[in-house]
Amino acid sequence: MARAFSRRFRASPWLAGLVLATPLVLAACSGDPYPQSTLHPASGVGEAIDALYRNIFWWAVAVFVVVQTALVYTLIRFRARPGGPEARQIHGNTLVEITWTLAPAAIIIAIAVPTIRTIFDVKGDGPPDALQVEVIGHQWWWEYRYPALGIATANELHLPQGRPVVLAITSADVIHSFWAPKLHGKRDAMPGRVTHLAFTPDSVDTYLGQCAEFCGASHANMRLRVVVQAPADFEAWAARQAEVAAVDSTQALVLAGEAAFKKIRDPGAHSCIVCHTMAGVSGGVAGPNLSHVGSRSTIASGLLPNDSAGLARWLRDPLGEKPGSLMPRIDLTDDEIAALVAYLGSRK
Amino acid sequence: MATTAMPHPETAAPAAPTGLWSWVTTTDHKRIGILYGVTAFFFFLVGGLEALVIRLQLGAPGNTLVSAEAYNQLFTMHGTTMVFLALMPLSAAFFNFIIPLQIGARDVAFPRLNAFSYWVFLLGGLFMNASFFVGPLFGADTLSVAPNGGWFGYANLTSSQYSPGPNIDFWVIGLQILGIASLAAGFNFITTIINLRAPGMSLMRMPVFTWMSFVTQFLIVTAFPVITIGVVFLMFDRFFGTTFYNVAAGGDVLLWQHLFWLFGHPEVYILILPAMGIVSEVLPTFSRKPLFGYAVVVYSGVLIGVVGWGVWAHHMFSVGLGPIADSVFSASTMLIAVPTGVKIFNWIGTLWGGRLEFRPPMLFAVGFVSLFIIGGISGVMHASPPADLQQTDTYFVVAHFHYVLFGGTVSGLFAGMYYWWPKVFGRTLRDGLGKLHFWLMFVGMNLTFFPMHFSGLLGMPRRIYTYGPELGVATYNLVSTIGALLTGVAMLVFLWNVLVSRRGAAAGPNPWNAATLEWATSSPPPVYNFSVIPTVKDGLPLWREGGMEPSPLPAVPPAPIHVPGGSIWPLCTAVGIVVIGVGGLMHQSLWPSLGTALAGAALTVVSIYQWAFEPFEV
Repeated sequence: MARAFSRRFRASPWLAGLVLATPLVLAACSGDPYPQSTLHPASGVGEAIDALYRNIFWWAVAVFVVVQTALVYTLIRFRARPGGPEARQIHGNTLVEITWTLAPAAIIIAIAVPTIRTIFDVKGDGPPDALQVEVIGHQWWWEYRYPALGIATANELHLPQGRPVVLAITSADVIHSFWAPKLHGKRDAMPGRVTHLAFTPDSVDTYLGQCAEFCGASHANMRLRVVVQAPADFEAWAARQAEVAAVDSTQALVLAGEAAFKKIRDPGAHSCIVCHTMAGVSGGVAGPNLSHVGSRSTIASGLLPNDSAGLARWLRDPLGEKPGSLMPRIDLTDDEIAALVAYLGSRK
Repeated sequence: MATTAMPHPETAAPAAPTGLWSWVTTTDHKRIGILYGVTAFFFFLVGGLEALVIRLQLGAPGNTLVSAEAYNQLFTMHGTTMVFLALMPLSAAFFNFIIPLQIGARDVAFPRLNAFSYWVFLLGGLFMNASFFVGPLFGADTLSVAPNGGWFGYANLTSSQYSPGPNIDFWVIGLQILGIASLAAGFNFITTIINLRAPGMSLMRMPVFTWMSFVTQFLIVTAFPVITIGVVFLMFDRFFGTTFYNVAAGGDVLLWQHLFWLFGHPEVYILILPAMGIVSEVLPTFSRKPLFGYAVVVYSGVLIGVVGWGVWAHHMFSVGLGPIADSVFSASTMLIAVPTGVKIFNWIGTLWGGRLEFRPPMLFAVGFVSLFIIGGISGVMHASPPADLQQTDTYFVVAHFHYVLFGGTVSGLFAGMYYWWPKVFGRTLRDGLGKLHFWLMFVGMNLTFFPMHFSGLLGMPRRIYTYGPELGVATYNLVSTIGALLTGVAMLVFLWNVLVSRRGAAAGPNPWNAATLEWATSSPPPVYNFSVIPTVKDGLPLWREGGMEPSPLPAVPPAPIHVPGGSIWPLCTAVGIVVIGVGGLMHQSLWPSLGTALAGAALTVVSIYQWAFEPFEV
């Protein structure tokens, strides 16, 4: 008896695995600890995908339990024992075989019907009054343009709560994939093509995401944030972004920073203004638009906090922070770095 | 050609020649099988070490064991190695050794072409892996010019604009070299299985391993031309400035994805079908009863192979092909679950009512069934495009295909190794160490890959060398890393088993009391395989009274037997092809490159000429 029990126990690690996994699944649903979770949607489309996933998940659990149980039961019941019966020489059974052909077919149909319905829900077209945002992937950062608002920003996508949004996604170089799991699934950003995601963010929050298609050395460092704001806050943010922020000429350090920013360096590509747009100062397009960089919470596509220490680290050694970064290591003096940090931080 | 009994005055029963030269020139399918097995297992260990470094790097968030650049080379070479240099050629080891024995043939149809396949595979594998060490030749560091664009090599990241170094050149040329080996072997085995079956072995009396291998060969000879076209386009873009994938010049990056996955999905079945065949041999043997629903298992294997051609775009749901295309490819993908499910039920049906003996081959075969179920279920989960929009390119997918390819294919291949080891070497691997190996691997692999379902669903993308602690996936990754180390220990136990089993007792011709023809001859088989070619009367010739004639086979061949002689020219031809590839690597400097390529081409042509006119003697 004890031996039979130990055999049974040994033979069912799957059951143990399932039991262990249950709290993990529950924990995964609690939200906060998992800011990039696919299991905690915050948009209508995200919920539709999640509902479909959960539907399929329970079918999967059922199939798993039934088939593994059948397997384990068979293994235990028919194990060779001294004096046990000889094997029965059966070649097949047509009725049984037809049944177990139809059973998976039926389950597949049960999954396929809601799948195809949901495919049409997520195909990426929004209502005519949806907010249109152009998303452009770059090695290794995200550019966002709001054509109707005449503004552009990078890495932190601001959206108003409750308003449908359509993202028109493309790439300036290699293939990337835009992914903010709580709002929607991923959609590839491809050079020469425009793809779409449409959704309506439910609640005010900041959502994490990142590039999901391998795009070279710093693929892991191509992160993003979606900042969903109350409509009034979004309007205020957009209005500020549309202005040219004035330079506070009473602060010597900021003025020195502006001078360092404008300085033509040797080689020329080491000059800030060659690659970056700064409203009223420069119009470079190779790197992120910095006109309001001080208003972002992070820099370097979500790698570093946007504070004095983070900015200084980034300016000192972009390649060390983000391998392969197209922003070169520039010979900046400590004074220049301090001045640039003050200047960039003031561009709210 | 060399497979029928011919008058031969010197000896009625040729003995196997010995010495290094006899191995270099061998055309014996059994020796080539052993060479394939040893080489592929070596690459399996290399790919496994790469995986261990990957797992150590990801064991903690923000870890700095390896750089981003090194990590990208490691995961690219891990995937490329496991697919092209480990799992496919491990299957090929079984094709070589087992198929001629299972169908009652003296060798494959084209023994020298078979040797050629092996040498091209070996040299192609070394070529690809040399990239780790030859950085200084390109003015770079060691460990800096290995392929780094992923095993899927997506355009346009792999273009010379975005990947200017020799990294992708190694990959592009290496894949073409390896494709030659696979294609040559594919045609060889198709011809062998169609033409060289023993009298009475109708297709529906063929062992299921040979059947599944037969389907696999058709997939190989149809899928490899597709990847070859894709890779040749990429090579032309990189070497000669064509614009197949260059968007700015009117090319299209999606062309690559269609070509790659049109190959890539059949490739998955190339990797799993032989393992399914092995399991379909092992389960009946250790259940002491025939395979349940033989015909249905065969037909479902064929159906998987056919439908496998119509599902490729399920790798591309995040591209946004449109709702109609997504629906069609979703439905075709789900359809594959039906023949796959049928196979699983038939395997359980085989076990049902049997007298199950849990020797190591049986443990691995049962492990295959159990783990493959999980990979199959998660496969259906991302056959649903909306769900896949969340799951694709995350660790959920990594979990899925490792349950299929490690839990499935690797378990199946180990089942085959333990099962046929006594046939190949005449000694059985030890049971106790085999069971230890199985349980360590089973637990280790589940510890490694099951948590990946969670890290993926919680938002961890694939192919990232680092991740932040804020994602909340650190614990899952730590468990995965511990599991990977345990799996590594399991491999050491296997190697130890191989070492200590060299001095075991002789296994005898049929140690498992199995039913198929390979067990009718001695272990290891003589160079000519069968003293007389048996006439087959039943699908289970060794289990049925009068299942084959004569039974048993005479110990000494009653008539002289001609076996194919050795030849050095397959190796020389293979060397010539790899030299052409080396010339391609030097494409930055025209004349040295052209000169090397032409020298390689000359060697290839001369060798083929010598090969064609070689006198055909023992």
